[in-house]
Formats: sequence, C-alpha cells, structure tokens
Amino acid sequence: MKKSIESPEPASREPRLSRRAFLASAGTVGVATVINPNNLVAQPMNPAAASVATDGAEGAVSMTLRINGNEHRLRLDPRTTLLDCLRENVVLTGTKKGCDHGQCGACTVHVNGRRVNSCLSLAVMHAGEEITTIEGIGQPGALHPMQSAFVAHDAYQCGYCTCGQIMSAVALLKEPWGPKDDDVREAMSGNICRCGAYPNIVAAIQQVRGKS
Amino acid sequence: MYVFEYQRAKSVADAAAALAKTGGKALAGGQSLVGAMKLRLANPGTLVDIAGIAGLKGIKQEGAAVVIGAMSTHADVASSAVVKKAIPALAALAEGIGDRQVRNRGTIGGSLANNDPAADYPAAVLALGATVQTNKRKIAADEFFKGMYETALGADEIITAVSFPVPKKAAYVKFPNPASRFALVGVFVAQTQSGVRVAVTGAAAHVHRATAIENALAKSFTADAAKAVKIPADHLNTDLHGSAEYRAHLVSVLASRAVTAAG
Ligand SMILES: Cc1cc2nc3c(=O)[nH]c(=O)nc-3n(C[C@H](O)[C@H](O)[C@H](O)COP(=O)(O)OP(=O)(O)OC[C@H]3O[C@@H](n4cnc5c(N)ncnc54)[C@H](O)[C@@H]3O)c2cc1C
Ligand code: FES
Ligand code: FES
Repeated sequence: MKKSIESPEPASREPRLSRRAFLASAGTVGVATVINPNNLVAQPMNPAAASVATDGAEGAVSMTLRINGNEHRLRLDPRTTLLDCLRENVVLTGTKKGCDHGQCGACTVHVNGRRVNSCLSLAVMHAGEEITTIEGIGQPGALHPMQSAFVAHDAYQCGYCTCGQIMSAVALLKEPWGPKDDDVREAMSGNICRCGAYPNIVAAIQQVRGKS
Repeated sequence: MYVFEYQRAKSVADAAAALAKTGGKALAGGQSLVGAMKLRLANPGTLVDIAGIAGLKGIKQEGAAVVIGAMSTHADVASSAVVKKAIPALAALAEGIGDRQVRNRGTIGGSLANNDPAADYPAAVLALGATVQTNKRKIAADEFFKGMYETALGADEIITAVSFPVPKKAAYVKFPNPASRFALVGVFVAQTQSGVRVAVTGAAAHVHRATAIENALAKSFTADAAKAVKIPADHLNTDLHGSAEYRAHLVSVLASRAVTAAG
C-alpha cells in the first residue's frame, strides 16, 4: 500500500543532506514532481520512490527502506541507527531519542508489525522490512483511536515519551495480554514516562481495548 | 561507534567463512551488541548479520528434547506452544526478559554467546543440562560458560540451536532489577532425568551451579531443604544494587521459591 504523507517538519529545519544532493539524486531515480524547497524530503505526490537522502561518507551503503508504506532509497553510513535514520535522513521526527540504549522506549517503532526500539537497530538491518512510525499511525485530522484516546485522557505532560508510548500501545492491541490494568502496566514496562503520566496512559489504553 | 563493514550472510557456512576471514562479529538482534558498540566496549571491524539465515529459526520437539533455533527471539520462545507444553519454566523465563521491545529482537543465541553475568537464559541452559549446537560441534552446558562474558565459542563459531532435554519438573525465579529486568539473582531449579540441577545467575561473575542446594534437594525436594542451605558470600558480586551477603541470602530464598513453583 502506498500512501502520500506530508512531512510534518517546520520549514526552518535543515536536514543533513544538501538541497543540491537531494535534487540531484531525486533526478537519478526519475521522480519528476513538485518539490517544496523548504522541505527537502517532502513526499512527492505519487511517489515511485519517495525520497532519497545521501550520506557522502566513505563506506556508505545503499539501501531501500519501506517506511509508512513509502519506499526510501538511502545511502548511509552503516553505523546509522534506525532511529537516527528516521530522524536525520528521512526527517520523520515523531520518533524520539531518549536514552539511545534500549531502556526508555521513546524510540519505539513497528518493524513488520512488531514493536522494537529503533535506537538498538542499525538502519541497514531493516532493508526490505515494513517500518511504521507514529507518522504512519495517524495524522492530524485522521488520528488513530489510540492517539485520540491519549488526547482525551490527557495521557502526557511534556509529551516527549508520547509517540513511543502510542507505538507500544498500538502494538499491544495485537499481543496476547490479559484484561487488567496490571497487564497493561506490564505490557508497557518498556516505555518510561519521566513526567509520570502512567495512570492516564493506562486509562487511555484500556479505553481503546474496551476494558475500562 | 567505530567504523565497520556490514555484511549479510545467507547461510551459516557463509557467515562462518566471513567471520574467519574478517575476524568480525556475528550480529543477531543487536540488543546487546549495538549498545556495546555505542559505548565502544565492542569494536568489530566487520559485522556479519545472521538474521536472514532461515536455518537458524524454528522451535521443535525432537524426541525427549526441545530444540530452539539460535535466532528465535525471546518473544518466539515465550509464545511457543511446544515450549509452553514441554518446558513451561523456559517459556516463562523468556517472557520475563527485559520488556516487549527487547523480547521482539533479542535472541537465545545472542544471549548465550554474550553470557552476561545477569542474563536469564544461561541459568536455564545450565540447570536443564542443555546442549549448545554450533556450526562445528555440540557443547554441553557444563562446558559452555567460561567466565564473565566468556564462553567456549571460537571466533568463527556460530550457535545454530540449543537442545533442552525435557525435565520432570522445573521452575525459574528471579529477583529482577526493576528497571532492566536483568537478574539481581535468578535461580533455575530442575529435576532432570539425571538428578536435580540448580543454576544461579546474577550473583557472581557468571552463571554457576549451586551444588550445596542440589545435594540438599536430592535428599529432599522441598522448599525448606533449599532454604536451609547457607550460601557463602565469597566470590559473589557487590554493586549498587546489592551486597554479596544480600545476594548469598537471595540464592537460598529464590531456590526455595523455585522448588515451590516447580510443584
Ligand atoms: C533494556 C534491556 C533489557 C534487557 N533485559 C534483559 C533481561 O532481563 N534478561 C536477559 O537475560 N537479558 C536482557 N537483555 C539482553 C537481551 O536479552 C539480549 O537479547 C541478549 O543479550 C542478546 O541480544 P541479541 O540476541 O540481539 O544479540 P546481539 O546483540 O546481536 O549479539 C550479542 C553477542 O552475541 C554474539 N552472537 C549473536 N548471535 C550469535 C550466534 N548465533 N552465534 C554466535 N555468536 C552470536 C554477537 O556476536 C555478540 O557478541 C536486555 C537488553 C536490553 C537492551
Ligand atoms: S531511545 Fe531507544 S529506548 Fe531510549
Ligand atoms: S509526558 Fe513527559 S516523559 Fe512522558
């Protein structure tokens, strides 16, 4: 399934790739479309290959990642984690970096439908796999029920952990957990909220599960 | 993280040849290795990704043993109908590792090759008298764990599967670090076909058998018998989470709880 998603980036942000590099490489894959110069990796209207980001570093490797239904041809240093790739190269900044060591869950994304910490994966390990980020779960005006429930229950304070919490919460709907609040707490144990919004997070999830 | 070359292996032979040629390291789920590389505790010049090797996946019963492919994730083992039926203690152990995100990526092969002093699987392998199968040989559990983060594996040796003999009864109880879920102390008690085996993780530099408790349980397989054993604190770990004496006490307490849980 291919979707066209506007990158939610503010115009001021400068991604790592240069405009010229983007335009040049976009040309090489034959994407002839309207490119917003303020948003260098904006998704073309009907993308064949949605975006190309390059990293000129020696030893860079080519890969195609499927992110939120779009194909992204990338050339990256193999050290690039999936998290850094999403944020810096593809400029999907909903996915957050908390600890960068697999301990906080802020970077949670889905790979082939299963939740993983994107900080502990290298981007190159996921070539050919189906990656879903918070941007692919829902968008303003078309929120996923879990996103709406987080809003309705005020399930955040600063919001830094929220995208990771929602990615975990959406994944747990398809996992075999028991019905109780305690089961939800255990299921969400990989997602830390420094603000302590836990009671409202549990309430939001239970509402979506129809258990509240 | 230092520069490395990334290679994707199609077969175990491929991976072994690449490791022999480059002196690099195998990459499973990256749940320990990527973090270690970020901290520059591991600096392999080449990473050989073994995740795509079909032969390393799968869980099956073979006679009186359950054989688990090295690339099986903790979530795979926890939800396996075969494991749940034959060795429920092993499925429960896998379900208790870290959190769901870690369990979706971390593998049994990676956990054993890593041999973290507080990891859970080593306790199961040692207590159940499992056999670690590699591309070169079969290694008995008692010969596999050599020291802190050290195993009997050679540089180009790849774990392909682990074979667990089905015990008469078994249980694993750990006192988890509330943040990471790694074991402050974890005790796996098993009544195997060849007698009682008790393995302790988290307490010392690496997993080891608690022979005093094994002897006590061989005479009387009761919680009280396990609890009555006094474990000396020498050689046990002291860190910010607990003293050696505290851990020594936990060993007997958790062993007795495991006996109760084994039924
Ligand atoms: C937040 C967090 C919490 C955790 N909590 C726990 C816990 O409670 N209990 C616990 O036991 N563990 C825990 N872990 C560790 C986790 O279980 C890892 O899955 C495990 O350590 C190995 O990871 P991996 O399979 O991804 O292997 P990798 O990280 O890819 O590799 C680890 C090592 O094993 C080698 N290796 C991998 N596969 C093979 C193979 N088939 N043959 C030979 N060598 C191989 C690699 O070269 C490397 O040296 C936790 C990890 C994190 C990040
Ligand atoms: S940033 Fe990945 S788990 Fe914290
Ligand atoms: S809302 Fe601030 S960290 Fe969770």
